[in-house]
Parts: sequence; structure tokens; C-alpha cells
Amino acid sequence: MIDPRWIRHVLPTTTFEIERARLRFFAKAIGETDPVYTDQAAAREAGHPDLPAPPTFLFSAEMDSDQKLKWLIEADIPLSKVLHGEQTFRYHRMVYAGDVVSVTSRIMDIYQKRNGALEFVVFDTQIARGEQAVCDSRGVLVIRH
Amino acid sequence: MTSSAYQRISLGSQIAALTLPPVDRTTLALFAGASGDHNPIHIDIDFARRAKQPDVFAHGMLSMAWLGRLLTNWMPQAQLKNFTVRFQGITHIGHVITCGGTVAEKLEIDGLPSVRLQIQTTNQYGETLVAGEAWVAFPAT
Repeated sequence: MIDPRWIRHVLPTTTFEIERARLRFFAKAIGETDPVYTDQAAAREAGHPDLPAPPTFLFSAEMDSDQKLKWLIEADIPLSKVLHGEQTFRYHRMVYAGDVVSVTSRIMDIYQKRNGALEFVVFDTQIARGEQAVCDSRGVLVIRH
Repeated sequence: MTSSAYQRISLGSQIAALTLPPVDRTTLALFAGASGDHNPIHIDIDFARRAKQPDVFAHGMLSMAWLGRLLTNWMPQAQLKNFTVRFQGITHIGHVITCGGTVAEKLEIDGLPSVRLQIQTTNQYGETLVAGEAWVAFPAT
């Protein structure tokens, strides 16, 4: 059982640079065909200053920060038991290639179902560009025992 | 999309669906690299079998990224305010995924005419694997 003392624990803030090459790689991986996401001229024509980060891209900032993975190791939760249960993004503004964002995750809740056969960890992550909030992300991990 | 476009959106109507090629291992490897989710359960069959899975399976966030494509095909991304999903079932190698969305509600959010879409991914067997909703805002009239 995951120690409930972790509730409200804040993971270290990291920074993430949004790179054009990474955005193009992401677009390729998801089969994106809209040139706005890969071609700077098309992006500018659509009114963007540079290639936009697509709606779920900022989850890569959470992955690259590696803080959740480090926490799973510290909390002795094997990765092989972990599934992604839910994910929510609340958007405040778009971000673009060249932007640098900060990523801060905190553990909002830990609970269990089926007499502990399933445990749940709720992470809230705030992504900001300088002082501006960009996106609030909530992820629920499921640990299957 | 303009405010007159908003007037024309009818409750219960469906937005243009998006069907993906069958899920293969190359896609999962590329998505692991591009997304930064290097969990071996999605790319290493030996690890997956040790974890008592029959095979590797797709990242949940790959399905959510496809749903993101569904949404940005329908309207400019800046109009997307809220995007939420539950990962209900595993997306396996060989699944042919279709993303779909239905206009569930027209309402005002933060003073802007908005639409709540119900969205989901289904495989070729008609099983819903990822389900959720998106809130999309339109310019004030």
C-alpha cells in the first residue's frame, strides 16, 4: 500500500524547452497531417508565431521532467504495475516552438478500490511560461496489484 | 470558426471522424521517443511478458493525441479549453482505431458560446477504449 503521507507532496520543478524538431517528431509519431504543426510558413499563415505544441504535447514535458518516474521508484511502485487511468488538460494559452515552460507536479490524492487490489495516485501538474499559466494537467495513475 | 458557424452546430451532430492505420510496433516505438514515455511495457515484448501481458500495447497518451487530432481537425486549437479522457480499455497491436465526437451540449462557458463534445476511440470490434469530453469555445457574438 502506498503511504498516504505522500498526499500533498510536491515534486521538484523542472523546465522544458519546446523544440521544433521534437514537435515534428511528435507530429510524425501521431500521424499528424495538418501542416500547421510541421511547417513554419503554414503555422505563420494560420496566425501562429511558430509551430504550435499540439493539445497533448505538454504531457511530454511531464515525461521528460522524469520526476513522476523518480517518485514511483522512491515509493517502490514497479512500473510494470502502472497504468494511465485518466488524463485532463485545462488550457490557458497556447505555447510554441522556442518557448520554455516550467513543470511542477504535486500528488493530490492516493486512494484504493477492491480492497487494495487497485491503488490510484492523482497528480496535478502546473505548466507555466514565466509567470503565465499555460496549462493545468491532471493525471490519474492506476497501480494493479 | 465564426459565430455564425456556432449557430449552425446542432446538438447530437457528429464531427468528422478520424480513422488510423492499424496499430503497429513502429508507431509505438516512434511515440515512445517523441512523447518521452519510455515505459518498456509499450516497446519491449520481453518486459511486457514478464509483466504478464501477452504483448506490448499502445500508450494511453497516443490515443489521446489522436483525439487531439480529431479536435484540431474540427476547430483551431486555440478554441480548445478543456480536454479530458478515461482510459477504459487497452489499445492492442492490430487495433484499427476510429476517433469520433458528438455535440453533447451547447452552453456558455466564461461568457463565450461553447460546445461540449463527447469523444471516444473505438476499435474495429466496436469496443470503446478511450472516452471523454472536450470543451470548445467560439468567438463572442
